[in-house]
Amino acid sequence: MADGASNEAFVEFERVQKSYDGESLVVKDLNLTMPKGEFLTMLGPSGSGKTTCLMMLAGFETATHGDIRLGGVSINDIPPHKRGIGMVFQNYALFPHMTIAENLAFPLEVRKLGKAEQEEKVKRALDMVEMGSFGGRRPAQLSGGQQQRVALARALVFEPELVLMDEPLGALDKQLREKMQFEITHLAHQLGITTVYVTHDQTEALTMSDRVAVFDDGRIQQLAAPDKLYEEPENSFVAQFIGENNTLEGIIKEIKGNTCVVQLDGGEIIDAVPVNVTEVGERTRVSIRPERVEYNRDRLHEDAHTLKAEVLEFIYMGDIFRTRLRVAGNDEFIIKTRNAPDQVRLTPGQEIEIGWLAEDCRALDAS
Amino acid sequence: MRQKMRALMLVAPLLIFVVVTFIVPILSMLFRSVENEIVPNTIPGTVVALSEWDGSTGQPPHEDVYRNLYIDLFKAEEAKQHTRLGTRLNYEQTGVSSLFRTTGRSLDDIGELWQDPLEAIDPNFEEGSFWFEMMSGTGGEGFLEQRRELMAAMSDENMSGDVGFVPSAEIIEMLPWTARAYTDFALWAAIRDGDTVAEEDPWESVYGALGMDLTNPDTVSAINSYNGAGASALQAAAANIDQLPDFGFREAFTQEDEDWGNAEVWATIKLYSPSMTPGYFLNSVDMSLTPDGVKMKPDNQQIYTTLFTRTLVMALIITGSCILLGYPVAWLLANLPMRTASILMILVLLPFWTSLLVRTSAWKVLLQQQGVINEILVWLGFVDDADRLILMNNATGTVIAMTHILLPFMILPLYSVMKTIPPSYQRAAKSLGATNWTAFWRVYFPQSVPGIGAGSILVFILAIGYYITPEIVGGTDGVFISNRIAYHISSSLNWGLAAALGSILLVVVLGLYWCYDKIVGIDNVKLGG
Repeated sequence: MADGASNEAFVEFERVQKSYDGESLVVKDLNLTMPKGEFLTMLGPSGSGKTTCLMMLAGFETATHGDIRLGGVSINDIPPHKRGIGMVFQNYALFPHMTIAENLAFPLEVRKLGKAEQEEKVKRALDMVEMGSFGGRRPAQLSGGQQQRVALARALVFEPELVLMDEPLGALDKQLREKMQFEITHLAHQLGITTVYVTHDQTEALTMSDRVAVFDDGRIQQLAAPDKLYEEPENSFVAQFIGENNTLEGIIKEIKGNTCVVQLDGGEIIDAVPVNVTEVGERTRVSIRPERVEYNRDRLHEDAHTLKAEVLEFIYMGDIFRTRLRVAGNDEFIIKTRNAPDQVRLTPGQEIEIGWLAEDCRALDAS
Repeated sequence: MRQKMRALMLVAPLLIFVVVTFIVPILSMLFRSVENEIVPNTIPGTVVALSEWDGSTGQPPHEDVYRNLYIDLFKAEEAKQHTRLGTRLNYEQTGVSSLFRTTGRSLDDIGELWQDPLEAIDPNFEEGSFWFEMMSGTGGEGFLEQRRELMAAMSDENMSGDVGFVPSAEIIEMLPWTARAYTDFALWAAIRDGDTVAEEDPWESVYGALGMDLTNPDTVSAINSYNGAGASALQAAAANIDQLPDFGFREAFTQEDEDWGNAEVWATIKLYSPSMTPGYFLNSVDMSLTPDGVKMKPDNQQIYTTLFTRTLVMALIITGSCILLGYPVAWLLANLPMRTASILMILVLLPFWTSLLVRTSAWKVLLQQQGVINEILVWLGFVDDADRLILMNNATGTVIAMTHILLPFMILPLYSVMKTIPPSYQRAAKSLGATNWTAFWRVYFPQSVPGIGAGSILVFILAIGYYITPEIVGGTDGVFISNRIAYHISSSLNWGLAAALGSILLVVVLGLYWCYDKIVGIDNVKLGG
């Protein structure tokens, strides 16, 4: 929204609904606008409707209601093979009976390109993913990562303007996945392709995307750039789903412009930023990121509210320390601190006082 | 090593079961296609004597052959084996069967031609005890064992036991024919009938054999200087040779049946004398072994090559139509929603749960000229009442009924392969710009080929050996080679020919399998998973 507002809309979902059985909606009133060249990730738990959205865009599912537009043209009635959208599948879907080169030539062949042109493009696409010498092999002879590259090359070889990726890195191990994440984003930006990427891995979503659409219950819960999504979640679901999060429940006591005072269920008072709470007396769920919690009194504002906490567990994780606390009756309150030379190492049983900046603590809906 | 032994022990019960109930019977059946021991076993002496005869002259063989035939045939007749030999040789030359049967009945009469005058010359020849005394002696143990073995081979029985008789070496030397005939008689009487040899009257063949010996001048002079048991009776017989028939056994046989003078009959017997014969195999490919070498049979007797070709061609047609009909069904099974697919699956499997005979008979009801299909077509006006379609008792009937019966064998492997093809392949193809047809033909179909391969092998091999269905709906134009094999097994009882036909069928199937492996590769065949 913020990023692409100046650009012309390339992919548009307008009031799109989808139901498989005619009763329950899998996708409820979806509105989404993507400018050209954007890398957008659809993130959500399974069953949230993200894959259905992708399939509707690819043309393998039809929208029950609403309009999907590509470059300003409604594509509701256009069959998948005429949409010209490149797609990378979860299991790569490389044709096992064809060689790598034949797999790549397939989209060019059905477009009736000349032999020489086909070869030229196949070669360029393979070189692009550094698989130039593998043209004669069969998919089964390649490793998962290599297959992944070939699948990517095949989705790009016919130069589509839009590429869809359905959890393409799900089957790879962690290291390879991180490497491929970088390569895919790099390639997408280099070629200027518009990309819709579906994943349930939030790290992947945050590191790769220009914007992330968080799906839940058939709706986009929040659509924003990764940093905004992490730091300024707009509702409890997003706050919970993205990153690690501490929650405390209570009632709004007072709202003063950009800050509010929350009385926790145990009676403690804390400061917070009201996000989607409007009235005094409303129930709220307060969200604080573990790394924004401070227990060094010197670093807090003088008038900041503090809470008593008991250290339950201290975990040494190398680059950070992870400490579990009991705070206002919540046994799962986590704080993370950097492993710096001057950092204090807490011991279980120790009583401390914790606090935070009011803007790091977000009062969200209680649902 | 111990591991291997243990593994072997584990599979041993199955291995033994398979060997005993499958491999051994098949091998022994296949062996029958070349086995021909019945001829050398039943008439061993004749076979040896006949080896010196040259059939190309057109002349019947020498007297010696007929003498051997008489000795051999007489004991074969006692054991009731001569008709089996007749039946065997009748496969090669018609008429031999009845020749052996009628001659078998008059072997006694031939012997009596010599018995009567001999008994008139010296009444001692009437006495069993006299014969026993004359023939007994020492030194003939080896001879006895030799005759015992021949007898055992001929009668297929264990002839071991005490005979209570040892032929005299001197008599064997002096009266070779008589010694053979009498020893055979003694063996049979003592072991098969359980009698005391001395109390039994000898076979008529013994008298005939003495007649044979008396024609030899050396024997006559030996008799005259002989002074052992029965010397006087033998000397009397030698002195009165003129009272014995003045003809030999050739004439005696030809008098019974003139075919015994036919060189062709003898040529056939000689041709099939060895214990192994290519005759059955030659027969299976419409050729025959003649004294002039291997020849094609006359056109009107050639049936097996036609039947083999027809079997192969029709099995291919059936396989083809199974692919055409089965592929769409398998595709539906693999791609319909669960609930609908299971109903369809039941419909596919339903024929499996119905008796084969019932299904084939049902086709009979449907296909006959007054049957359901014709009635409907006539009623709809597509076919004139006067010329109803002939759908049965011909190749069409066989193809229709067998396609239906073998269809599940095509659908099931196809289905199991199609089930493993993820739908994402076709989606990928479409997203890459392929139309539905191109996505199917270029991406889906090649991946289903292993299923077609597996189904085709199953259907083809089953079809090639099918027999009940062609038997019922095939008429004469629609029968397969297996029907012929079944006929030879159960009706004509020519097991040798049936075994040869079966061996050829087996080799053809193995050959096709080999070709298939070379062209398609057996690794590309999937029965599932």
